[in-house]
Amino acid sequence: MISLNVNQKVYQVDVDPNMPLLWVIRDFIGLTGTKYGCGVAQCGACTVHLNGEAVRSCVTKVSRAEGQKIVTIEGLSENNDHPAQLAWQQIDVPQCGYCHSGQLMSAAVLLRENPNPTDEDIDIAMSGNICRCGTYLRIRKTIHIAAEIQKTKTKTAV
Amino acid sequence: MHQLSRRSFIKNAGGTGIALWLGINIRGNGIITTTNIVATNIIESGNFTPYILVESGGGITIFNTKPEMGQGTFQSIPAIIAEEFEVSLDQVTIKNTNGEKPFGNRQRAGGSSSIRTNYTDLRKVGASAKEVFIKAASARWQVDESSCYAENGKIIHKPTNRNFTYGELVADASKLELPKEPKLKDPKDFKILGKLAKRPDVPLKTNGSAQFGIDVQVPGMLYATVARSPVIGGTLKSFDATEAMKIPGVEKVVQVERIMGRYHSVGLAVIANSYWTAMKARRMLKIEWDNKGYENFNSVDYEKHLRELSGEEGVPDKTIGSVDSLNLPPEHTIEAFYETPMVAHHTLEPINCVAQVRGDQVEIWTSTQVPSSITGSGENDVHKYIGFAPDNIKLHSTFVGGGFGRRLNVDYVIEAVSIAKNFSQPVKVLWSREDTTEFGPYRPMTFSQLKGGFSEDGKLISFQHKVISPSFQEGMNSQFDIKKVDGTMVEGIGEQAYEIPNIKTSYVRADFHVPVAAWRSVTSSTLAFCHECFIDELAHKANKDPMNFRLELLSKPSDTKRVLLKMKEFSHWDEQLPNNKGRGVAQWEFFAGLCAQVVEVTVQPDQSIHVDKVFAVIDLGEVVNPDNVKNQVEGAIVMALGAAVKPGITLQDGKCMQHNFYDNPLIRIQEVPEVEVLILAEGGKVKGVGEPGLPAFAPALANAIFAATGNRIRKMPFDLKKV
Repeated sequence: MISLNVNQKVYQVDVDPNMPLLWVIRDFIGLTGTKYGCGVAQCGACTVHLNGEAVRSCVTKVSRAEGQKIVTIEGLSENNDHPAQLAWQQIDVPQCGYCHSGQLMSAAVLLRENPNPTDEDIDIAMSGNICRCGTYLRIRKTIHIAAEIQKTKTKTAV
Repeated sequence: MHQLSRRSFIKNAGGTGIALWLGINIRGNGIITTTNIVATNIIESGNFTPYILVESGGGITIFNTKPEMGQGTFQSIPAIIAEEFEVSLDQVTIKNTNGEKPFGNRQRAGGSSSIRTNYTDLRKVGASAKEVFIKAASARWQVDESSCYAENGKIIHKPTNRNFTYGELVADASKLELPKEPKLKDPKDFKILGKLAKRPDVPLKTNGSAQFGIDVQVPGMLYATVARSPVIGGTLKSFDATEAMKIPGVEKVVQVERIMGRYHSVGLAVIANSYWTAMKARRMLKIEWDNKGYENFNSVDYEKHLRELSGEEGVPDKTIGSVDSLNLPPEHTIEAFYETPMVAHHTLEPINCVAQVRGDQVEIWTSTQVPSSITGSGENDVHKYIGFAPDNIKLHSTFVGGGFGRRLNVDYVIEAVSIAKNFSQPVKVLWSREDTTEFGPYRPMTFSQLKGGFSEDGKLISFQHKVISPSFQEGMNSQFDIKKVDGTMVEGIGEQAYEIPNIKTSYVRADFHVPVAAWRSVTSSTLAFCHECFIDELAHKANKDPMNFRLELLSKPSDTKRVLLKMKEFSHWDEQLPNNKGRGVAQWEFFAGLCAQVVEVTVQPDQSIHVDKVFAVIDLGEVVNPDNVKNQVEGAIVMALGAAVKPGITLQDGKCMQHNFYDNPLIRIQEVPEVEVLILAEGGKVKGVGEPGLPAFAPALANAIFAATGNRIRKMPFDLKKV
């Protein structure tokens, strides 16, 4: 039995300790917001936060995640209102939407570490996330918007 | 599990109270005739497609029959109806249909056709619905219809301001005759169309709640993965599953046939209690494949073969005037040979399908572009291959994580049902990224031989384009008459607006055993490259500016002329660029629509090319969601860039040499140029959005590189570091 803390809830799963976290999250815990795109850490669709760091869950063994703090797209915010989510909604970034869970999880870490990212910072941080529909120009633009939203939220936070 | 008769469908979908269905009768060339149905009635006519459901309890539902794969139909199709029906999209529930019979056999998204083939019909549905509610309200109030108007889902009596909601009028409206030729709104009164409008599916895509086929979970579901012949064209010979079956959680190993057009191949499915377990077990299978001689197939040899075939006359496509009788001196002619590769679709959501068989019923959950083909009763629909009566096929059609033409095919649905027949539980068949890459289908390569010739006084009077390629139609249908031209392989090359008095286009078919499929913008994605680069070569031969050269061939009014003139201005074409920069132009008109692009590039100090900026002018006739159009054109450019500069698909020893994104890379964020899009919506024929942004990019880029470096590119892909 492996104990996993996902989005502040504890799950007990009976799986092979070598099973990638991605499949445990999707098939055993039933949270399907985290996506499978390539299985080899090339596309970023599977990005989750492990103790706050963006990791590709498709190559993260579930044993590595045991007892750690995992956050998936479903847990990024309570009401779809993380600054990045609000920014994404503001300018209708996604097309098919399949890559955007991963895009948002990567962007959230970038924005936390670098509240004023330049285009170059954004490109470097987001280069691991593929978008086949090609929404990259919007992703760059929306991260700037998210940075602004984050500033306002921080200002008004108690 | 229920019978999908109209009666039960209406009863189940209608909610409480009385429900009014309004839609299109697609008999008689799509002439709008709407039918009233009260919940207890049965629709007898076979061709009624409901689009609006108004319930007496107040709910309004608008149905979207075009699968949402990122092209925006979830908003744009309902928007057209809502505009004329005078409701805002916030007031309605939008539902994607699932191939249910009442919604007709046009539940398909592809060919950039969703809006352009339905625009007027959808407006008429909304307008007719509005007019019948005005009729109903004015009758209730005993006033003139002309004193009433519709706004925000209500009918208002202007002089007194009293109003009814649509829900309150349902009973009355359902007894009235619907107007067959309703009056459509003046576009200057549009509140939704052509304006900034949010897409309601976006919030679902920012919190992981949008469900794609791969996300479907049905209680008791098993998971399957299929081992398919690594040599494309091979099939199963023998196998030993003993070791695989030892793995805990493995249920069964079964043979399964993959059918895609004329491509048939038997593979081996492993079904287990989790995808991970099924994959583990699949690696333990001992399989012998019958390669049928296809292990000798190599891309390199095949390309040589295509070059040799270019000497053949081929089958004529379009003939204008007579190129052969011109006898132009060789110094007035040029000739060139262009080559383009196979590419993969790489929908980011890998291929998948869930199926459950219960006796003579089957239930299917999947991401698809063609719900109608899965539930339909046509000759080429799925029922024929899976052995179920169409009425016994129930589909759940989800959001689609990328279509691009791959999901026009139903091979993976047939496979999944075939596997599910061995179980009572639902089975989810999941293709890994490797499976999705290695087994096709692919966009077929096309090679082109082009010849052009000038008159004594420097006019372009002769143009020939011969396409040498596999045949897409032949791949999909072994009965295809190969003595005829495959129109899909020569699309657009004889239809460009350039006024050239002698044109000859033709097609040489090459035999090909690999499964092929339409890839976004289909054959225009390769032919526009050849055609528009060659136009540039001709411009260069004539010592003319490429933009002016094209405009000189467009003396008569045409959409192409209008677009290029706008582009000349939009891209500041006549402004001088610094010495280390270049710009190129291309345009392409085909079944999907019309778009011109100008690309600007910089030659870096290390001689590599940086793609700086793309100007795109897209001609639409009418625009529904301008922001979405821009998103689509930007995205198409990214896809076109990838196909132009990244390695394509190659086969060696019969096997696909590419496996995943590390050896078949896609464009990433740091590689995209700036893009500016100008939308032309000046009335006239409505043109499509999903694909037109793609074909013009590669030739515009290659032409820009020529302008900047003097190097002519005649082959895709090309390496921006080495041109």
